[in-house]
Amino acid sequence: MQPSGPTLDIVKESVGSATVLSPKGDVDMARSPIMRKAIAEALKAGSAKVVLDLSGVPYMDSSGLATLVEALQNCRKAQIALSLCALTPRVRSILEIARLNTVFAIHESRDAAIAG
Amino acid sequence: MADSLAEPEIQVQILSRPELLAPVRSMVNALAQDAGLDDISACHLVLAMDEALTNIIRHGYAGSPDGRIWIRLSQLADGPGLRVEIVDRARTVDPDQFRGRDLDEIRPGGLGMHLMRSLVDRLEHAPRPEGGMRVVLEKRPAHTTAGVA
Repeated sequence: MQPSGPTLDIVKESVGSATVLSPKGDVDMARSPIMRKAIAEALKAGSAKVVLDLSGVPYMDSSGLATLVEALQNCRKAQIALSLCALTPRVRSILEIARLNTVFAIHESRDAAIAG
Repeated sequence: MADSLAEPEIQVQILSRPELLAPVRSMVNALAQDAGLDDISACHLVLAMDEALTNIIRHGYAGSPDGRIWIRLSQLADGPGLRVEIVDRARTVDPDQFRGRDLDEIRPGGLGMHLMRSLVDRLEHAPRPEGGMRVVLEKRPAHTTAGVA
């Protein structure tokens, strides 16, 4: 079996001074580098705020969590706000077990994350 | 439907390639729910398995794409729940090497072993005498405890 390379569709939108990134699919060992690259590009673009809309992410492993933590650290260094929103119940439970739910600004909706 | 997992066991063999993890997750998630786990519990078992497989690919086979990994699935004998046994022929890895970081220390990485321990009801991992590692994961529905259906 020779599957094609891993893909992760990420929709990027600019809303006011915020960049909203919406990945669609599992964020795992094979795909987390794609999300890492998209976040890095948003930081380079000079956004005042980065919002990760995770409504399209049904699953995330420790490499995905590590990508989120790295993004948070890079945003803090650059004085850019980072918010997560619209977590699926599965991803929310994974963040809670890793005790990261208290580390990130997490909003129920995209609008709340952009305004928050 | 759950009885279909009792006999025979299901065993699959995969190569040590990250892109193969997604189809394995799909299969185990479906079988875990057939074995009586709710959606979140099934996700937690799948994640624990995923972390074990990631460790084998990344550390055991050191990223080589041609290592072999065997995954055996069976329903628990004493109630609802699923058992996942993972065997490889990679270099022996000291499990203590992956003790995991203190969760109060916020930094990327070091979460895999913590997740594995937290997500399942039983975790065993040990070197095999013939080489490689053997990992066993068991998960029961959230409302049951070991030996109680």
